[in-house]
Amino acid sequence: MTIASTAGEAARPAAATVEPIAVFEDVHLAFDEKVVLRGVSFAVMPGHTKILLGASGSGKSTILKLMLGLLKPDAGRIWVHGERVDTMRERDLLALRDQTGMVFQEGALFDSLTVGGNVGYKLYGETDLPEEEIQRRIEELLGFIGLDEYLERMPSELSGGQRRRVAIARAMAFKPKLLLYDEPTTGLDPLTALTVDAEIVKLRDLEDVTPVVVTHQLRDAFYIAGHQAIRDPGVRLVPAPPEKVAEADFVMLREGKIVFEGSADELRCASDPYLREFLS
Amino acid sequence: MQQWLIAWIKSALIEVQEYVKLCQATARGAVTRPFYWRDLVTQMEIIGLGSLTVVILTGLFTGAVLALQSGVTLDQFGARPYVGRLVSATMVKALGPVLTALMLAGRVGSGIAAELGSMAVTDQIHALRALGTDPVRKLVVPRVLAGFIMTPLLTAVANTVGLIGGWVIAVFQLRVASGLYWSSVVEGLYIEDVYMGIIKPFFLGLVIVTVGCHVGLRTSGGTQGVGRSTTNAVVAASVGVLAVDFFLTRLILSVLYP
Repeated sequence: MTIASTAGEAARPAAATVEPIAVFEDVHLAFDEKVVLRGVSFAVMPGHTKILLGASGSGKSTILKLMLGLLKPDAGRIWVHGERVDTMRERDLLALRDQTGMVFQEGALFDSLTVGGNVGYKLYGETDLPEEEIQRRIEELLGFIGLDEYLERMPSELSGGQRRRVAIARAMAFKPKLLLYDEPTTGLDPLTALTVDAEIVKLRDLEDVTPVVVTHQLRDAFYIAGHQAIRDPGVRLVPAPPEKVAEADFVMLREGKIVFEGSADELRCASDPYLREFLS
Repeated sequence: MQQWLIAWIKSALIEVQEYVKLCQATARGAVTRPFYWRDLVTQMEIIGLGSLTVVILTGLFTGAVLALQSGVTLDQFGARPYVGRLVSATMVKALGPVLTALMLAGRVGSGIAAELGSMAVTDQIHALRALGTDPVRKLVVPRVLAGFIMTPLLTAVANTVGLIGGWVIAVFQLRVASGLYWSSVVEGLYIEDVYMGIIKPFFLGLVIVTVGCHVGLRTSGGTQGVGRSTTNAVVAASVGVLAVDFFLTRLILSVLYP
């Protein structure tokens, strides 16, 4: 049984020949008396954007932590990169996480390390790469996010948007194929939020990094879904063609249950009173 | 009331279970790779050198007070020259290890709980795991080993300074001859006392740091939670130090002093 087939209805028929990069199948989770997820099923296709929407406490961030193996579900199955992460031991998960990056709320940068130290943390700590190569990779990553002059700064010296972008660079150090964004623009002003959105789009279109974005900021969600990055010869963001927009999949959670799954256009046209209220 | 009691017992048992699991993971992490040598050296500096001033002051004043108090009592029996014997036996066997450990519980235990607690509430612990690093190996093992190594050394410093503090009072206030004081110090100590003074701090150091790490890693509830964890770590480590000291003393007495 392949992962695509076990995902059941969660995987789209059109993508049946392509293996999903992540699959949730009937996942349940509760903390003591509080039920956080109730039978959540969906699939993330490589190169497609998955956007998880919902009010605070609806279980969005928990899904990312489950995907990374930071939490274990009470029931259900989770595959990431073809491996069952819900039953995997922590030791094996540490290796699997080389292929999956995560950008936490507020960035979660290490306070005691410089920007360069944060970005190169995994390269310094978990590899035997020569110093020059690590430095080159750090500079390349900081250049990609436009913060190459901030190498020696401490996280406390950065603005909120800069912290999120450094967190993205840190998550990218090992060139993961899947990047999970937990509320990447929450608390940022609209202009700064756009710079973070642009990084997500650039990584997806230019570096083949599949994004899973948890947010309750609809403006950012539609921006990520509706734009694409191109090189001509510099990097530029342009409105995405309809087929590209259709590759962005919106999932709406309400009290731990998926109440909507579809494209941006389907979400805009939804008649469900809760969705209408959320969109208004 | 009954439900509250059951909930309390349940949460206490969970805490104990998690503490034991952390200790097991730490023991495993200390003897297997990867090992973070640089972090160990950093922690030895923070715990050892960083605590030196407070330990020296504690030892000095404890030794001085011991000499002062015992001098008055010994005077009643005309045994003032034996003040060194009392200071050395009390400092090396009991007060040196316990007071050093209590000072470390306040300084090191709270610091570790606050640092790890802050990391926990800002998702830095999760970020470590997401980056493929085991937080126990990276954060707990170096701190526990540093505490295990540095607590006995700091206790030795406290004992030495305590004896010097006692000497200052003995010579300048009680008018006991310096040579008499030091010979009395040596006479008052048996090799078993020295063993006891050396063995205890290893275990007390372990208690302080493992409790600090356990409480810190389980912090939740934002900055308020960090404050709560810091207080809990100091209280739990201090009570743990006194309890472990009692049981260790009983054990060592039964083994070394048959």
